[in-house]
Amino acid sequence: MDIYLPIAEMAVNGLFIIALGLLVGILSGLFGVGGGFLTTPLLIFYGVPPTVAVASATTQVTGTSVSGVAAHMRRGGVDFQMGGVMIAGGIIGSLTGAGLFRLLQASGQVDLVIGFLYVALLGGVGGLMLRDALVALKWIDPPEKRAPPRRHHRAIAALPFRWRFYASGLYISPIAPMLVGFGAGILTVLLGVGGGFIVIPAMIYILGMAARVVVGTSLVMILAVSAVTTLVHAMTTQAVDIVLASLLLLGSVVGAQYGAGIASRLKPDLLRLLLAVMILAVALRMLLGLAWQPDEIFTIEVL
Amino acid sequence: MRRLAPLVLLWLALVGAAAPQVPGLVPDVSAREVQIRTSFTGAQLLLFGAILYPGGEVPAEPAEIAVVLRGPAEPLLIREKEKIAGIWMNAQSHRFRSVPGFYAVASSAPLETLIDERTAAIYELGLDNLQLSPGPGHAAATTRRFEAGLIERRRREGLYAAYPQGVEISDRVLYRARIPIPSRVPVGTYTAETFLISDGRVLAVATREVEIGKTGFERFVALAAQRRPFFYGLAAIAVSLFLGWFAAFIFARRV
Repeated sequence: MDIYLPIAEMAVNGLFIIALGLLVGILSGLFGVGGGFLTTPLLIFYGVPPTVAVASATTQVTGTSVSGVAAHMRRGGVDFQMGGVMIAGGIIGSLTGAGLFRLLQASGQVDLVIGFLYVALLGGVGGLMLRDALVALKWIDPPEKRAPPRRHHRAIAALPFRWRFYASGLYISPIAPMLVGFGAGILTVLLGVGGGFIVIPAMIYILGMAARVVVGTSLVMILAVSAVTTLVHAMTTQAVDIVLASLLLLGSVVGAQYGAGIASRLKPDLLRLLLAVMILAVALRMLLGLAWQPDEIFTIEVL
Repeated sequence: MRRLAPLVLLWLALVGAAAPQVPGLVPDVSAREVQIRTSFTGAQLLLFGAILYPGGEVPAEPAEIAVVLRGPAEPLLIREKEKIAGIWMNAQSHRFRSVPGFYAVASSAPLETLIDERTAAIYELGLDNLQLSPGPGHAAATTRRFEAGLIERRRREGLYAAYPQGVEISDRVLYRARIPIPSRVPVGTYTAETFLISDGRVLAVATREVEIGKTGFERFVALAAQRRPFFYGLAAIAVSLFLGWFAAFIFARRV
């Protein structure tokens, strides 16, 4: 089933795109990650122009996070005050990212920076997850016990203007969560990822939020920031392909529902191992492009 | 096409008396308009026509035909990756002022056997003879390297192609060539040029225009994205929110 994408200006196999969406949706239902880290590179490997891949994956992240947000809201797992602060930071980050994207494009190093970010972020997160999964499966010994962690990072406590975030159980400066949102916003524009795989660890280990509200709050932020980023892309790069995004979404919204169902039945540690391997595989593929042999020596930009 | 031959011959015989001493061309294209719709996976364009010989007499050594389908020209910036400190990154770049978005040439015999290089360059016949108007600031060798890289990449994408045996001449007066168009063609006004070649000289050139454009929903989406980016973005968000909510709603009821 071939379908012509009006913005990407090419025909794609519709069933393949829906299947890709389904896979990403199952992942997002299983792990609570948006799956953008998988969509964008796979679309690029498939031949979709990188800018269109990034912009349309962003739109998909919005849709996929909707059902997660709804579920967590019902359980009261969202700190709206914290979410609002992070969204504010995320919107600033998204706009900054758009400017950064322009600058990088003008200097011709946009693929280098995007490739490097993918390798560093996915490699780092995937490596940590792999170690955790292997430890949980008792395949390797746990790393040596560290001193019991502090509530939150010392630098966070030093920031001024502290607020009380009751649902998160925190008394910290709003600047810290804003910075987390800011970083997520930049990543969303540049990479087409929601940034959940960075934001959730940051909320737990750096901010020290109560675990009960971490996933729900991060999803609310991802929903809002990816929606704003879709708008930013539509107005700056004009690369949002609504047909491509809809095909991806058809798969991923259904996949997300099934993923949530599977999550309760399978052994979580094996799943985490699987996700870690997948993340590392994408990182490795990107690394090969940077260090061994790029897909194309010549890149063409229409002026 | 074969059915048309007697008719054309008859017509040639009728107008033959008034025909000039130089052979001429009556070209046509199978479609003046190629419409890109949802199911568009590429198309095939048939360039065909008749050769008009003076007096309607086919000479002992009949002429050969070359056809060129050329897309709209655009300025490009080409970047070349280089390994710097172990990492591949864009190093040199080169501007070209007019690069056709699509270029396919077909001929009844390999071009190098039909015309010499100078003639080929004059008429921009063949992938090596495209006049890309390189920007200033580069040595000739560098420019050639970038041109080769550009042409090679476009060739792999199916946007540039050469078919050395792609023109079929029947009854020595009717010619036709099929040119495939991939799904990722740029839209715009294309020109289909036909060259009548004999003895290494181009005797006649005839041009037809072909319009390749999106229609219906595809056109609507592309225009909306371009002219109403804000509302287009809002629509994209609305679609994704709706699909996400709808799936959750359906599944919540089922479970």
